[in-house]
Amino acid sequence: MVQLTLPKNSRMTVGKTWPKPEGATNLRKVQIYRWNPDDGKNPQLDTYFVDMDSCGPMVLDVLIKIKNEIDPTLTFRRSCREGICGSCAMNVDGINTLACIYGLDEIKGDVKIYPLPHMPVVKDLIPDLTHFYAQHASIMPWLETKTNRPAKEWKQSIEDRKKLDGLYECVMCASCSTSCPSYWWNSDRYLGPAALLHAYRWIIDSRDEATGERLDDLEDPFKLYRCHTIMNCAKTCPKGLNPAKAIAHIKGMMVDRIV
Amino acid sequence: MRFITDRKRAAGLGSARTGTEHHWHMTITSVALLPLVIMFIFSFGAILGSPYEEVLAYYQRPFPAIIAILTMLVGFNHFANGARSTIEDYTGGHTRQFLIIGVNCLSYSAAAFAIFAIVRIAL
Repeated sequence: MVQLTLPKNSRMTVGKTWPKPEGATNLRKVQIYRWNPDDGKNPQLDTYFVDMDSCGPMVLDVLIKIKNEIDPTLTFRRSCREGICGSCAMNVDGINTLACIYGLDEIKGDVKIYPLPHMPVVKDLIPDLTHFYAQHASIMPWLETKTNRPAKEWKQSIEDRKKLDGLYECVMCASCSTSCPSYWWNSDRYLGPAALLHAYRWIIDSRDEATGERLDDLEDPFKLYRCHTIMNCAKTCPKGLNPAKAIAHIKGMMVDRIV
Repeated sequence: MRFITDRKRAAGLGSARTGTEHHWHMTITSVALLPLVIMFIFSFGAILGSPYEEVLAYYQRPFPAIIAILTMLVGFNHFANGARSTIEDYTGGHTRQFLIIGVNCLSYSAAAFAIFAIVRIAL
């Protein structure tokens, strides 16, 4: 259900301003959301100054530099640092993206970094994605077949394989789902753009034999039809994918079943 | 506190196996309203500001009366379904159910009043 104001314990407060590094001339002001579940305080916005002459070009480089040199308590997820693992998804400069492939040159003025919106926060920039992953598992993200397993591989034509392009690249970073107002208000029932994109990836797979069952499971006013083509998902996807288009294709297949 | 698994929480009550009819109905009424609203604006606009007797005579002709009736009928039906979606988006629980009942009563009552008025003028 819609909630237009933050709960009392989630309201932002002004945080600590960390001292500027000595001798640095090329400074960048970085403001980061901080919340510690153990101190009982409200979240706060800490201000750091980073010497850009000794820092890499990406947002993740700034975070790693702050953690290494200024504040070791800053907490965030990261792994591959090249946009493949999806770990470092966060809200940078007002858009959900992967910190490792978002360049600092794309940001005008101060750098503001928050965790992914409208998700429970574990600590600092780490959202709790438990429900998001469970929703992904619920769409059966694997090949479902009824025919006996072939002696070699399940064959697929080049044309059918091409249908998976723009779908298989999703790294499940949750940027799209957490940018979607429908997901904000009804994430308990709406599957969200990421899970639906993955659902379509298996529905459209020529080797999968559970197309009908998959569509049956999605046919629901909330699981699927909360998508109102707002398109935030397509705009924010750091991999350049279009979940809204995948959802529109699913809706089209649903209509094909009744008309 | 409920000790249920994440997967059970995600699955909820399962699929309602409905929603496509609503989606298809909204598509049909949207397409129908496109020409209807244009024709209604031009037919209603043509007589807007005219004397009472002239308006009565105008709406006794079949074309303006039928266009007006269809616009009201399809328009309020589309409104009821659209408002239902909005209510589902922004509310929950019993409030959601009461509001959907309310908006349906409001929409179909408004449509009935409008159509009754047009029919009374036309016949």
